[in-house]
Amino acid sequence: MTAETALFYLFAFLTCGGAVAVALTQNIVRMAFSLVLTLGSVAVLFLLLGADFVGAAQLLVYVGGTLVLLVFGVMLTATGPFTRIKSAPADVILSGLIGVVFLFIVSRTVTSVNWDKVKTDVSIGTHAPAVEPAFNPTQQGNTTRPLGLSFLSVRSDRDLKTGDQAAAAKASGIVAKPSAGYLLPFEIVSVHLLVVLVGAAYLARTKRRAAV
Amino acid sequence: MDQLGPNPFLFIGAVLFVCGVVCMTTKRNGIGVLMGVELVLNGASLNFITFSKFTPLGLDGQVFSLFVIVLAAAEAAVALAITLNFYNNHLTIDVDRGDELHG
Repeated sequence: MTAETALFYLFAFLTCGGAVAVALTQNIVRMAFSLVLTLGSVAVLFLLLGADFVGAAQLLVYVGGTLVLLVFGVMLTATGPFTRIKSAPADVILSGLIGVVFLFIVSRTVTSVNWDKVKTDVSIGTHAPAVEPAFNPTQQGNTTRPLGLSFLSVRSDRDLKTGDQAAAAKASGIVAKPSAGYLLPFEIVSVHLLVVLVGAAYLARTKRRAAV
Repeated sequence: MDQLGPNPFLFIGAVLFVCGVVCMTTKRNGIGVLMGVELVLNGASLNFITFSKFTPLGLDGQVFSLFVIVLAAAEAAVALAITLNFYNNHLTIDVDRGDELHG
């Protein structure tokens, strides 16, 4: 067993254990702690899958930002009896049963697919990199530059011209044209974040009581 | 990671999703429901990254995963503001108490 596989099993166990703990415990503070564990382990799984930038973003945005926000929510609302609001045991058992059945269905579905065949059947474009990567290939991480370029609508990792077009372009010595990227979604998300910021500040402000 | 294949990662994604759904349906604490949503989004994100590694999806999966992370942050901010408003009005965050709208 290589070190990578051992790391995978360790963090897979932490992820699943944390998720189950979040679902099962009734104490909101313990739920928050288990969620920190789960999201941090998922970030490590991202890093193991070669997605270095997304893993770092997960740690910074999720564990550093979203969870701190949630913990503040817990602190602002958890007064005395509200730290543990019990659900009915019948509800927990019923939804746990449905969850186990659903997990069984999903895992059966996933394991029945031959992913190697999918890999050869599904082809998106020519897979040829439009621009040669400057140094170490994306299999070893180093996704920051391609991700940034794709957000600027320049795809360095993929040439969307297929079949004959690609061959013709190659024959005539034209440098492959980078395909369209994600500039518009990126801008929409930026404006969306601004709107959310204003909306959340408006919703959560302290209201003055109207003078009667 | 190549010798493992996508199946273990997809299974972890399924576990995250199921735990999130169970969390959303059983918790009566409003913030607990929010945490369930975060778990579901993380399961989806993990699936995107897995497919970006093991199928020709490539970098697109990572881009979508980044969008999921950003939108989850936005969703948490708004939902937390709503929860605080609910707490101010009802003096509890038990979601079963927010039933004024039922007919």
